[in-house]
Amino acid sequence: MFSYFVRRIFTMLVTLLVVSALVFIIIQLPEGDYLTSYIAELESQGEAVDPEKIAYLKEEYGLDKPIWLQYINWVTGIVQGDFGRSIEFDLPVVDVIGDVFLFSLILNFTIILFIYVVAFPIGVYSATHQYSWGDNGLTFIGFIGLATPNFLLALILMFLARKYFGTSIGGLVDPSFEGQPWTLDKIISLLEHLVVPVVVIGTSGTAGMIRRLRANLLDELNKQYVITARAKGLSESKVLIKYPLRMALNPFIADIGNLLPQVISGSVIVAVIMDLPTTGPVILDALISQDTYLAGSFLLFVSLLTVLGTFISDLLLAVLDPRIRLEGSR
Amino acid sequence: MSDKLRHYVSTSMFNPNETQELTPEQERFYMASQWKMMWWRLKRHRIAVLSGSILVLMYVSILFTEFLATYSLPHRHTDHIFAPPQSVQFFNKGQFVGPFVLGLDYNLNLKTLRREYTPNPDKVQKLRFICHGDTYKLWGLYEMDLHFICPAPGGTFFFLGTDRLGRDIWSRIIYGARISLTVGLIGIAISFFLGLTIGGAAGFFGGWVDNLAQRSIEILRSIPELPLWMGLSAAMPEDWSPLTVFFGLTIILGLVDWPGLARAVRSKLLSLREEDFCTAATLMGAKPRRVIARHLLPNFMSHLIASATLSIPSMILAETALSFLGLGLRPPVTSWGVLLVEAQNFQAVAVYPWLLFPAIPVIITVLAFNFFGDGLRDAADPYK
Repeated sequence: MFSYFVRRIFTMLVTLLVVSALVFIIIQLPEGDYLTSYIAELESQGEAVDPEKIAYLKEEYGLDKPIWLQYINWVTGIVQGDFGRSIEFDLPVVDVIGDVFLFSLILNFTIILFIYVVAFPIGVYSATHQYSWGDNGLTFIGFIGLATPNFLLALILMFLARKYFGTSIGGLVDPSFEGQPWTLDKIISLLEHLVVPVVVIGTSGTAGMIRRLRANLLDELNKQYVITARAKGLSESKVLIKYPLRMALNPFIADIGNLLPQVISGSVIVAVIMDLPTTGPVILDALISQDTYLAGSFLLFVSLLTVLGTFISDLLLAVLDPRIRLEGSR
Repeated sequence: MSDKLRHYVSTSMFNPNETQELTPEQERFYMASQWKMMWWRLKRHRIAVLSGSILVLMYVSILFTEFLATYSLPHRHTDHIFAPPQSVQFFNKGQFVGPFVLGLDYNLNLKTLRREYTPNPDKVQKLRFICHGDTYKLWGLYEMDLHFICPAPGGTFFFLGTDRLGRDIWSRIIYGARISLTVGLIGIAISFFLGLTIGGAAGFFGGWVDNLAQRSIEILRSIPELPLWMGLSAAMPEDWSPLTVFFGLTIILGLVDWPGLARAVRSKLLSLREEDFCTAATLMGAKPRRVIARHLLPNFMSHLIASATLSIPSMILAETALSFLGLGLRPPVTSWGVLLVEAQNFQAVAVYPWLLFPAIPVIITVLAFNFFGDGLRDAADPYK
């Protein structure tokens, strides 16, 4: 177990390092940088550009150095907890994204929770009542949920809410609470506003999870040990819970690694549409304005979340499933 | 004498193997190729067949875009900005007149500052079919002005309303299909090629090639797809021509999508390369390329195609999403995502809800691809 743990941590660190290099390359791909577009903008407005100021800014943000050195500086900074400065906001990246990142975490965590809570009972019901009306109906709804693009769903829900309730469901808290300290009312308002994005982003993940859980549980339920258990006279609920359900839970945990990127991708675009103060809109702006460090740190953050999620799910799996654990220590 | 039961004797030749011989139907079944069996099984899946036909119709329609659209792409109706959809009717004042629409009366509401259109029951505008309208060049070659449907002379026909520049949304959706539907196909071709090559090499050679491929797949998959797409498309220079941007976008979609396919190819090859027929081919001097392409891939090609079909909709959605965010295609290119940019403004959508119409073809296409791919996968599964 221990050697498995160590090996897993090592691969995770290597992955993160390569991801950071990849992210940096992607961010640097566009021609020019924030300063060149900034200068061009100043010049187009007929303002004089102070070469000294430009030189100062260049040095300040390390833009005069070769790219590989910029990368090394950036990565060593991150290890020390310094993510660089956002050029556009002229603030340390951490200050720009602190709150936003917290909201993102809350949102994504709630979505994952939602997916599990909803998918579990439905999946079990579908498998134990295979080809019943309920199962067929749920399968059909699941298919539609799987196929409906979440950002279009968001657009349509926003429109309906506006048309029939006259309210805006965008934002994460009611506008009147903005900038207010955290009170119970504000938290309730936050929860209210979480409902729609959570449902919108979580739908396809839930549908996929239900299908997988159903398939796995069906596989298990057709095995002989289940028949043996029944023959020995175990109650139906015990037959289900004691072994098949535990086996079918494996993919539930293993799937975090697939689920997280999906949820994050979904939340990025839905956040832009619903105007949620999460990573989505900030990533978009940073990418468009070529704010190197801000965009880079964001991409790295969302990847980190995914890599960490996969790591945790792998560890949980190892704890749960001795086959994986033993293979790791061999 | 005659009440004796008559004995029946067949006049045909005695065939001692008769019970082992197959009837023509059985023979047809047992001799059918894999693809034929797939087709039979697919035919039984009603929803998949229906979805497949919808998709075929849509893809055929992009060959005749200009003919099907009511108006040409740049046609603007400056006096019909934000006009509502005109519904097609058949009876006017209890009398059958054939398909017609009612002309719109325009009035600017000075209180709400909204454009208000009311259908005028006196303005009966009969629709014409296969008629002359805006001129266009079919396939860039033939100068034509034939359209499937046209408004009455001097009248208008906005099946799905118009947008803020007075452009007919129905025509624009038809034009948008041309881009939106092909993005997925080109993207999947690139992803298919990469997935086969990389997954094939990894599975066949094993060792460090496999290790390298595995690690790159893991790394690519640990960056969430959409942010990765966003980052890559933000890297496209702004001075690229719309066509270059289109191809750039498809390449990006393909570049991000291949790992899933490569994984499937790899795991299949890993088990298949141990089979005797593979060893035989190698012993007879076949090069790895030939062994992979000729002996191994056909074993699970049908399965691969089915899973590729299932990833086309995610590409179509990605194009829509990226264009919607302003990172993908930009006007004057018309795709469904570009059309939906108009729907970003919620004040406008609340008043002019028909701006949301371009979402419907997206949902239909994605659903159709999903059902069709699902049916295809079931049909391709040899173990059922």
